[in-house]
Amino acid sequence: MAVSTGKSFASRFGVHIAVFIFVAIWTVPTLGILVSSLRDKDQIIASGWWNSFASSTQTEAGRLPPASAQVEKDGKFVLEGNIFGDDPARDISAFGVKSAAPTQYPAGTTADLGDGETLQINADGSFVMTSTKPFEGERGQRVYYASSAPPKFTTDNYDTVLFSEGIGRSFMNSLTVTIPATVIPILIAAFAAYALAWMRFPGRALLIAVIIGLLVVPLQMSLIPLLKLYNGVGSFFGVPSKTYLGIWLAHTGFGLPFAIYLLRSYIAGLPREIMESARIDGASDFEIFVKIVLPLSFPVLASFAIFQFLWVWNDLLVAMVFLGTEGDQIVLTAKLNALLGSRGGDWEILTTSAFITIVVPLIVFFSLQRYFVRGLLAGSVKGG
Amino acid sequence: MAAQIFSAIFVIIAGVGGCVAYFWGANRLVDIIFPSRGVAGAAAIDNLRRQGLIRPWLFVGPAMIILTIYLIYPVVETLRLSFLDRGGANFVGFANYEWAFGDREFRSSILNNIIWLAVVPAACTFLGLIIAVLTDKIWWGTIAKSLIFLPLAISFVGASVIWKFIYEYRGAGQTQIGLLNAIIQYFGGQPQVWISLPFWNNFFLMIILIWIQTGFAMVILSSALRGIPEETLEAAVIDGANPFQIFWKIMVPQIWGTIAVVWTTITILVLKVFDIVLTMTNGQWNSQVLANLMFDWMFRGGGDFGRGATIAIIIMLAVIPIMVWNIRQANKETGGH
Repeated sequence: MAVSTGKSFASRFGVHIAVFIFVAIWTVPTLGILVSSLRDKDQIIASGWWNSFASSTQTEAGRLPPASAQVEKDGKFVLEGNIFGDDPARDISAFGVKSAAPTQYPAGTTADLGDGETLQINADGSFVMTSTKPFEGERGQRVYYASSAPPKFTTDNYDTVLFSEGIGRSFMNSLTVTIPATVIPILIAAFAAYALAWMRFPGRALLIAVIIGLLVVPLQMSLIPLLKLYNGVGSFFGVPSKTYLGIWLAHTGFGLPFAIYLLRSYIAGLPREIMESARIDGASDFEIFVKIVLPLSFPVLASFAIFQFLWVWNDLLVAMVFLGTEGDQIVLTAKLNALLGSRGGDWEILTTSAFITIVVPLIVFFSLQRYFVRGLLAGSVKGG
Repeated sequence: MAAQIFSAIFVIIAGVGGCVAYFWGANRLVDIIFPSRGVAGAAAIDNLRRQGLIRPWLFVGPAMIILTIYLIYPVVETLRLSFLDRGGANFVGFANYEWAFGDREFRSSILNNIIWLAVVPAACTFLGLIIAVLTDKIWWGTIAKSLIFLPLAISFVGASVIWKFIYEYRGAGQTQIGLLNAIIQYFGGQPQVWISLPFWNNFFLMIILIWIQTGFAMVILSSALRGIPEETLEAAVIDGANPFQIFWKIMVPQIWGTIAVVWTTITILVLKVFDIVLTMTNGQWNSQVLANLMFDWMFRGGGDFGRGATIAIIIMLAVIPIMVWNIRQANKETGGH
């Protein structure tokens, strides 16, 4: 569309800015959890992730050594040492001795505390406190300081989440659910789609209408009867009612209307001449389907496979109804939902787990975007 | 875990193998029972006709069986259950429906669903259209579209975590780690607990779905815009129409059909919205919606299937007009085929 609606520099510039803002709104949230998942867990709560490349500052309290550590120098009593002990990885920017003014003095300056006492705390944490009178008491001087730690990035969160929070196991469970639930419907749908597109039989138009109707039936309509059915079958045969087989079939059933609809509209659009010349050569419907229709339909099969993969991988509802919530069955989405309840404020766990759950769809999406978009267009515009 | 991987691989092979064996075997069987080759002319024609009668059903059979078990039977059964009590044993007439419309939580869910329906499809379509038009004009439009499209691949649960992190709240004056409150505080405002703000929390949940679905609207509408004949736009430019007139009077009317499709698709999605509400608030603070309420009643106190089924039926009722419209459109299209 080469419409020259905005010729002036200003309006073209405005378009760039507007699109840039949209892109920012649509990417920054995801970026937030990616960055956070790689941050040190103490830093996640100390500063916003957008500041993660700057040092994070926090105000802390400490205590100087007790009077017993003092030495006498030039007629003054002196306490020396380092606040951080042997972990000097942080910088002090300011310090104070009152909780109401924790950053009263810049680091490196000498503060006059009155009564002949002075205190100096340097950026590296070393301090010198002097007094004209001997220090007394068993508890040292209370000090406050603002320290900053350099940005720290780590993959520790991924280790924790994958191996001790059970996300690794859930990842396998999700794959176990998704792959068969993607593959099984394809063949079943493809045969049905071919029959509905190229074979003549009574009731065909009705079947097509039923499938288009089923396209929009809410999943909620199926849940209770199927739950009852599964429980019934389970208790009748004395087998568990929540099984992988059960969810594979459920996802197959829920995916079929769209699969048949999508494949049928594509297969119906294949050139009639090819089919007819094959038929004249004596090919049966089965041969035509296997040797001609299937290879030609590859793009639409790929589109459907991507859809079904993403839909099953991202599904929470079906998994919560038809699969257990124990370690050997819980899928990623359900696990993430459970973590939201049990680890509500632990953002290092949540952001990392969330990123692991979305990374597979993102890879699929980016590598196969072409087929995905084609499927979207065929699946929805056709209906209008 | 290894056993699990093997069983998954086994199922894939068994499933695909089973399908192939069924289709091939059934097809072969028809050929053997009604041979069309190597028999006398009349018999061959007769057999060919019989094959033609049977074979389509072999092809659509498995799909029909699965659709019947997983969709058609449940629709009928859910309707029946909605007139039964919690265990599904006794007929209770319209008691479940009476309960629903008297229940405070149900009415609040209906109201929230209506707000969702009013806001989300409109916002997605509008934003999608704007972005589609804007990105068509710049050289990096494809990249921009790709990035805006990206959330469509993210699960609702994942998106909920992403946005919960944005809405994260810390007391006033503290370092905010949630982006929204950090921005508010930066400009001198008061940080808020967004997801429990009465009434407005609904909108903060809707933003998540809008964020996910705008990419869908954008892609479909962008392709429809490309289909607009150049001449109509050029003629408008020559006639001196300004960009807004071109957009509203030339482009939008030509893609009404597509806008309707996008709108209805998102409408159906909104009716089924469940994951976002479950993970963000689980219906607390007056943010309940029908789909989540239904899930709740399926398991609440051991499960009340009568009430759950009733809520499902009400969601279904809202979908039926769209369903009828879709079938009509499709019939019109394939009428001659």
